[in-house]
Amino acid sequence: MDTPALEALDIHKSFLGHEVLRGVSVRARDGEVIAILGSSGSGKSTFLRCVNFLEVPESGTVRVGGEEVRVRRKRNGYAFDQKQINRLRARVGFVFQSFNLWPHRSVLDNIVEAPVHVRRIPRPEAVARAESLLEKVGMADRRDLYPNQLSGGQQQRAAIARALAMDPDVILFDEPTSALDPELVGEVLGVIRRLAEEGRTMLIVTHEMGFAREVSDRTVFLHQGRVEEEGESSEVFAGPASDRMRRFLSGHLT
Amino acid sequence: MVPDLHGFGPVLLEGTLMTVRLAVASCAVGIVLGLLGAAAKLSGSPVLRALGGAYSTVLRGIPELLVVLMIYFGASTVLMAAARPFGYAGYIELSPFVAGVTALGLTFGAYATEVFRGALQAIPPGQSEAARALGMGRVLAFRRVTLPQVWRLALPGLGNLFMVLLKDTALISVIGLEELMRMTAFAVGRTKEPFTFYLAAALIYLVLTALTTLALSAMERRAARGHGRR
Ligand SMILES: Nc1ncnc2c1ncn2[C@@H]1O[C@H](COP(=O)(O)OP(=O)(O)OP(=O)(O)O)[C@@H](O)[C@H]1O
Ligand SMILES: [Mg+2]
Repeated sequence: MDTPALEALDIHKSFLGHEVLRGVSVRARDGEVIAILGSSGSGKSTFLRCVNFLEVPESGTVRVGGEEVRVRRKRNGYAFDQKQINRLRARVGFVFQSFNLWPHRSVLDNIVEAPVHVRRIPRPEAVARAESLLEKVGMADRRDLYPNQLSGGQQQRAAIARALAMDPDVILFDEPTSALDPELVGEVLGVIRRLAEEGRTMLIVTHEMGFAREVSDRTVFLHQGRVEEEGESSEVFAGPASDRMRRFLSGHLT
Repeated sequence: MVPDLHGFGPVLLEGTLMTVRLAVASCAVGIVLGLLGAAAKLSGSPVLRALGGAYSTVLRGIPELLVVLMIYFGASTVLMAAARPFGYAGYIELSPFVAGVTALGLTFGAYATEVFRGALQAIPPGQSEAARALGMGRVLAFRRVTLPQVWRLALPGLGNLFMVLLKDTALISVIGLEELMRMTAFAVGRTKEPFTFYLAAALIYLVLTALTTLALSAMERRAARGHGRR
C-alpha cells in the first residue's frame, strides 16, 4: 500500500461563527494532480490555507510524507506544535494568487531566501539551484531584476520557482492565474503543466476549466464547505454526477 | 570674515560632539522603543495594546522639558529610596547623559511608535504569509521580510523625528550636560559676547541638520532598492 504524499482529513474551519469548511478531506497520491473547483465562497482558498496552517483549522489532521499534524481544541484556542508546522510548511509549497514576492529583494534573492535561512543550504549551492529553477520557468535572464520590474506572468513564474526551491513534496496553487492579464495566463499555465508532466504532486484551485480538465488526475468539487463531488477528472468533466457540479461546469465552459 | 571666538572654539566643538552623541544614543533607544510600542499596539493582546497606547499618548502629551526634569530628579529620588534599606543614606544622582538619553529616547519612541505602526499596517499581510508558508519562523520572517520594508516606509518619518530630536538635545543643558547649548552659554558668560556665540551655535546646529538631511536621503535611496521602478 502506498502512503499518500498528502492527506488533509476532516478539516473544519469557521470565521466568526460562520462555518466555512465542514469536514473536507482530500488525499493526494504521490505524483497526483488534484484540481479543486467550486464557486466563489465555497471555501477553496480557506481549505488550501488550512493545509499549511496559514489558517489554523478548528479540527482535522494534515499528514505530509508520514508526518502528522493534528489540531486539538483547547479551552482558549488550539494546541499545535509551531516547530512541527514550520517543518510541514517547508515541505509544502504555496503559490498565491497575488504572487507575494518580496519587493525589496531581487528575483534571485527571493528564491534563495528560504533555502539559505530555513534549510541552511550554503548560499553558492542555493544560488546554483535557483539559477537552474529560473531556467526552468524561463526567467534565467531576469535573476537580478526586482519584482516591480516584472510583468505579472513573470512574477508568478518567479514565485513558482521560489516555491520549488524548497524542493517541496506537494505544491498548493491558489488561483495562480486569476490576477493576470489574459495574455499572460498561458505562460504560467505552461509552467504548471510542465511540473505536472514531471510528476509533481499538486493541489490546484483554478477557474481555468480547460486547464483543470487537461492537467489534473482527479477533481474535487466544493460546495458550501463540503466535498460535493469527487472523482477521476476525465469522468467528472465528461459527466458530473451532481446537479450542482453540472451547473457549475456549464456556467464555466464557455 | 571669521568671527573671533576668543579661544572658545574647542569648547564649542566638545559641546557639539556631546550633542551628536546624545542625539544618536537617544535615537537608537527611541527606535527600539518605537518598534516595541508599535508591536504592542498591533498585538492580539488587549493588555499590550493598552500599554502601547498609554505609552505613546502620555509621552506625547507631556512637555519634553518636564519629562527631562522628571526623569533626572525622579530617578534620584527612586534610587535613593531603593538604596536606603541597604544602609546607604548618601545622595545618588543619575548622570545627566543617562537621564538625557532616557528622556529623549522615551519621547522619540512615543512618536516613533506611531510612525512604525503606520508602516507596519501598510505592508500587505501576504508578505509575511509568503515567508511563513516557506517554513520561516515568526522572528525570521519579521527580520528578513517585514522589517526591511517597514524601515523603508518609516525612514522619512523617523528622519523628521531625528531633526526635532537634534534640537531638543538643547533641553538637556538644564540638568547640566555639557552639550553645545551649555557650552555656548558658558562662552557667552565669559566673553559677554552673546551675539557671536549664539550665532556660532545656530550655525553649528544648521550644519548638523544639513548633514542629517544628506545622510537621510542616502539611506532612503538605499532602502528604496527595488521599489518604484517598472
Ligand atoms: N479571514 C477571514 N475572515 C472572515 N471570513 C473569511 C475569511 N476568509 C474567508 N472568509 C469567508 O469564508 C468563505 C470562504 O472563503 P474562501 O476564500 O475560502 O472562498 P473561495 O472558494 O476561495 O472563493 P473565491 O473563488 O472567491 O476565491 C467566504 O464566505 C469568505 O467570506
Ligand atoms: Mg479563493
